[in-house]
Amino acid sequence: MTYIAKPRLRHPAIPVNRLGFTHRDYEGSVSTLCAGCGHDSISFAIIQACFELSIEPHRVAKLSGIGCSSKTPDYLLGQSHGFNSVHGRMPSVLTGANLANRDLIYLGISGDGDSASIGLGQFVHCIRRGVNMVYITENNGVYGLTKGQFSATADKGSRSKAGGSNMDSPLDLVSMALMVGASFVGRSFSGDKDQMVPLIMAAISHTGPAFIDIVSPCVAFNNHAGSTKAYDFVRAHNEAVNRLDIIEPRQAITVEYAPGTSEEVALHDGSTLRLAKLAADYDPHDRVGAMAYLQSRAAAGDLVTGLIYMDQQARDMHANLNTVARPLNGLSEKELCPGSKGLSAFNAAHR
Amino acid sequence: MPGARAGSSPSGMKPTDIANPDYFHKVVDCQWACPAHTPVPEYIRMIAAGRYSDAYMVNWHSNVFPGILGRTCDRPCEPACRRGRVEEVTGHAEPVAICRLKRAAADNKDDVRSRMPAPAAHKNGKRIALIGAGPASLTVARDLLPLGYTVILYDGDARAGGMMRTQIPKFRLPDTVLDEEVGYVLDLEPELRLGQTVGSLKSLLAEDYDAIFVGCGAPRGRDLDIPGREEARAHVHIGIDWLSSVSFGHTSRIGRRVIVLGGGNTAMDCCRTSRRLGGEKVDVVVRSGFAEMKASPWEKEDAMHEGIPIHNFLVPAEFLHTGGRLTGVRFQKVKAEFDADGRRKLVPAGEPDVVMECDDVLVAVGQENAFPWIERDIGVEFDRWDMPKVDERTMQSTNPRVFFGGDAAFGPKNIIWAVAHGHDAAISIDLLCQGKDVHLRPPPTVNLSSQKMGIHEWSYDNDVSNDLRFRVPHAPIEKTLRDVRLEVELGFDLKQAFAEAQRCLNCDVQTVFDTPKCIECDACVDICPMDCITFTTNGDEGDLRRRLTAPTLHKDQDLYVSGSLQTGRVMVKDEDLCLHCGLCAERCPTGAWDMKKFLLDAPRTGYACSR
Repeated sequence: MTYIAKPRLRHPAIPVNRLGFTHRDYEGSVSTLCAGCGHDSISFAIIQACFELSIEPHRVAKLSGIGCSSKTPDYLLGQSHGFNSVHGRMPSVLTGANLANRDLIYLGISGDGDSASIGLGQFVHCIRRGVNMVYITENNGVYGLTKGQFSATADKGSRSKAGGSNMDSPLDLVSMALMVGASFVGRSFSGDKDQMVPLIMAAISHTGPAFIDIVSPCVAFNNHAGSTKAYDFVRAHNEAVNRLDIIEPRQAITVEYAPGTSEEVALHDGSTLRLAKLAADYDPHDRVGAMAYLQSRAAAGDLVTGLIYMDQQARDMHANLNTVARPLNGLSEKELCPGSKGLSAFNAAHR
Repeated sequence: MPGARAGSSPSGMKPTDIANPDYFHKVVDCQWACPAHTPVPEYIRMIAAGRYSDAYMVNWHSNVFPGILGRTCDRPCEPACRRGRVEEVTGHAEPVAICRLKRAAADNKDDVRSRMPAPAAHKNGKRIALIGAGPASLTVARDLLPLGYTVILYDGDARAGGMMRTQIPKFRLPDTVLDEEVGYVLDLEPELRLGQTVGSLKSLLAEDYDAIFVGCGAPRGRDLDIPGREEARAHVHIGIDWLSSVSFGHTSRIGRRVIVLGGGNTAMDCCRTSRRLGGEKVDVVVRSGFAEMKASPWEKEDAMHEGIPIHNFLVPAEFLHTGGRLTGVRFQKVKAEFDADGRRKLVPAGEPDVVMECDDVLVAVGQENAFPWIERDIGVEFDRWDMPKVDERTMQSTNPRVFFGGDAAFGPKNIIWAVAHGHDAAISIDLLCQGKDVHLRPPPTVNLSSQKMGIHEWSYDNDVSNDLRFRVPHAPIEKTLRDVRLEVELGFDLKQAFAEAQRCLNCDVQTVFDTPKCIECDACVDICPMDCITFTTNGDEGDLRRRLTAPTLHKDQDLYVSGSLQTGRVMVKDEDLCLHCGLCAERCPTGAWDMKKFLLDAPRTGYACSR
């Protein structure tokens, strides 16, 4: 952390987005995390993604639970709505908020402790219900706030800073998200912004439950030899299945790939996602294939990253429940209260 | 994975050699731009800390005349100041008021006489003649006297100070300040030959001097040979001569209507002095456009503030007169045209001539060097402009025993250049007298030391101030226009000086990158408020500049390039707009970034050791 606020001065020639904002306008208060924390890199990737998409900050709601990761919403999008909820309960709060107002962009930010331990039930049910959101776990494999005990995502056999080995089996949030119906699943690494930023942009542009697991080394407690969530280890074992580019509707397509090595996917907001294949026969539209691929690569000790799965025909919770299109705060008494006649008719229909 | 697309290009930039003193020196824009290489941020921090005497001495070592320069310097440091670039987004970008902070140190210091070098206890037997007692010669004297040299100071005037005394109006530079700082040099006991004009360099060379330094300035004001000049002689004055006449008290009145011809700082001094000596309607008339005028912007501002209009694109064509009395000046209107090479030419605008009435004219259209007293057969060669051939590094002429400095060397410049020449000449004279090669110059003294005090604590104030430049308060104009000796600027008070000092970005506290320690976590890239830092694959400079996090704005500002990192990429930092806030180092988990103070002491002769 630092004691001083980031100076207000900025480079005079940094890009400005459609709204007239620079990326500096998407920052939050200064981070109190340890120097070099991967979480801060993720915060800046989110800032960059929102800047690039020209998102109006007041249209974003950022929600979190408890933990190092859950502090980070304070460090980004200072002009957005925020809710720092109870440990592991962010998914419920997010689901409720989304039910009440579907017009906002929901950003759930959590960690491996918050989502894979205390909040595991909340995590799977929120995804299962198809809540339209971007759910990011900042996954470092340890409980940083309590000095580095293994978390549920720590790999079997990985070593703690104090020297102990983890004997428990790891919980893979990406596999679980696939299993319970996430319509957009990605994994990334906090040390690779080139991959993180387009992945987050694509997730925001996707309608439906989007989940991104981001491996984020804990520099204080989990960045040593023997750890599988350390910068060096992740760099050495990172296997990206594809490379992403987001192309805005007005933008010319400049990079050319050899035929068959890339595909273009239309996103819901009108932009185009370009996927360059890095793993030759990987198909990110095949859910079962993706799950099998993840297992086989994990067995080989590799960490699969990139866009792992995407369902373009996804439906969200509101479509499933056939809810009213307008946010609840936009409905007047006339629409909310059927009147005694209407109530009688409604009751009669259920007799 | 990131490593897969790395692979450093063999044609890429080499890692920056930070062991070369020039690299970090250049980052300290103000010090690099200062001819005397004054360590500006170092003394500004001292001012902020209330250490005015220390700040004064840092200045005194470098530039000899802090109180004088703090009022009169042409301030090459300020256009170079990084603050003027990083504030661009505010719409009011201005450099730190370096010059006026220097004055604040001089005004608020304690008695510093005990910190000055003492006259040499033992003489080394070498005798050096200095011709002219202006800033260049006084600098040579200060640098040589403590080493034991016998210095003989010649000047035609009765008191030392040169143009600082004769040409700079007292309302800009009071005698008290001048006397004090000239006094510090005279305290070192040179032999004074004041009131003695040197009439022949040849005869001086015949005396037993080991070296002679010519620091006689550019004493001749250029005249304007146009019709009517002769007839109106009584009311057409040469600017610098008139200013010295005012300075000596020989002149105390001027006509009610005055025209000042010329657009340099001398013209500004002439017009402002005129306003104080009875000139009610004073006009400055300049051939060129307003922006191309040679006068410093702040001097133009001060003149206009005193109700003096500046008229541009008017070329004097004739002095009008009746019966030997000047009645006015006729001007031809011109306009600027640019030829194919972009050179500006003034061509007649084709409009009717302009006549301006006046009682007196001051001609301030430039100064010239004049060396009628230097014989042409004594080995001192002159070029086709009749200027001596002088080596820019050593200040040595073609006669190895004769050195030049100040305006006498390369024509009119300003005090700070004279000081720089003086330092260089003193080094050369010292080398010459020891029988050494004057071209083998001593290197600067350089120190690079970490400023880390704690986990997030630095020995400098890294919280960047958001204040815009503070204005120096002036004495009320009703008073200043009535007294030609009343100083106009009051100087910063201590609160203002502190606040202005806090605007300094501490550019001498360098961001130093230690390649092997970097784990490429991106923390520095994320936190950098100015988007200075990029991690990317290497390339040549042009290629790298195109791929920076934020676009290059000033290509003269260097890129700091690391060695190859673990992923094969390099760290590239654009030095241009770095705030030196140290956030990169605060956020770095491994200490790959550190904030280190780079203190460069430009080479001078070793007077400091003599006490």
